Amino acid sequence: MSRDTALVSAEWAEKNLDAPGVVFVEVDEDTSAYDSGHIAGAIKLDWKTDLQDPIRRDFVNKTQFEALLSERGISNDDTVILYGGNNNWFAAYAYWYFKLYGHRDVKLLDGGRKKWELDARPLVTDAVTRPTTQYAASEPDTSIRAFRDEVVDAIGTKNLVDVRSPDEYAGRLLAPAHLPQEQAQRGGHIPTAISVPWSKAANEDGTFKSDDELRKIYGEAGLDDSKQTIAYCRIGERSSHTWFVLQELLGHRNVKNYDGSWTEYGSLVGVPVALGDEPGEA
Amino acid sequence: MTAPTAASTTAGCAAPDQAAPLPAGLDLERETVITGVVRSGAGEAVPGAYVRLLDSTGEFTAEVVTSAAGQFRFFAAPGDWTLRALSRQGNGDTTVTANRGINEVAVTVTD
Repeated sequence: MSRDTALVSAEWAEKNLDAPGVVFVEVDEDTSAYDSGHIAGAIKLDWKTDLQDPIRRDFVNKTQFEALLSERGISNDDTVILYGGNNNWFAAYAYWYFKLYGHRDVKLLDGGRKKWELDARPLVTDAVTRPTTQYAASEPDTSIRAFRDEVVDAIGTKNLVDVRSPDEYAGRLLAPAHLPQEQAQRGGHIPTAISVPWSKAANEDGTFKSDDELRKIYGEAGLDDSKQTIAYCRIGERSSHTWFVLQELLGHRNVKNYDGSWTEYGSLVGVPVALGDEPGEA
Repeated sequence: MTAPTAASTTAGCAAPDQAAPLPAGLDLERETVITGVVRSGAGEAVPGAYVRLLDSTGEFTAEVVTSAAGQFRFFAAPGDWTLRALSRQGNGDTTVTANRGINEVAVTVTD
């Protein structure tokens, strides 16, 4: 994968709003942004109610994913362009998810909703409905999804990349600073994880930095790309952003997203936790 | 020790509505809230501005979008922070030394 296949610019998007076979999808945790104005023709996916299982702590299974995409009118052959707020965190999560279920052609809109708004590009409030389809998903590709036991085994052997803010990494904050800090789990990070906040990969308008800049950031942080890599954050959406950078933009072949992330790891009994700004010992 | 609730572990990371009142039960003895309004050079509130909270090393910590009245709010920790606002009317930044409780900060954006 590379930037040419995984990313489209706002200019490209504006010229291709009506292109046949191209479906724009806004993904957010709070879809009130979509309701107040969205890219013309874009449908919405709600990170929580559409993409998460309502009972178990897991995302929707293959059958649920097929039903969702069929109902929203997305075909297996469509080119899906994902965008959203929060610097594309949830759009990147959905991208990872579309890949996990084998969608062939999916791309992120560079800069997401923020760049679109700051550029003063048009947003509309029209209701969007698409004819239903018969979507067929593949079995989940777990080569891009890490589970907790694998993460514990990776301590000191694989690259672990903590993409949260430095204060969350060190254990000084338990959640991103736009949320109340009332969490029950322990603070800190997985021992031997390097700290590379997701935001290092993005410009302030939400677009991704250049490949050369990105390679330099992860190289200087000590990411050894001959090893397997597992990225994590708090709930797996910021680490989807970093997974996207490493696997889809820079073309690494062996990157997994740990979507259980700190809300799972930091609540496990008996696992090692490191505090402070240093990675710590295995 | 408070028991974990389903809400605390399944809630995502999206920024909440910036015009909403502070959550009930919020402990202001413990929380460090940084809040304020983004205004233009002419003093008008700027809705829809992107406000970034940067730590004392300049690293990104969080970002929210201002409410219809230009309001923003962060839950941080005591210390030195920079607030940087991006908007169609221009950008601007300001620094704050925050303490526990509510810290009010004004940010002005200019071309």
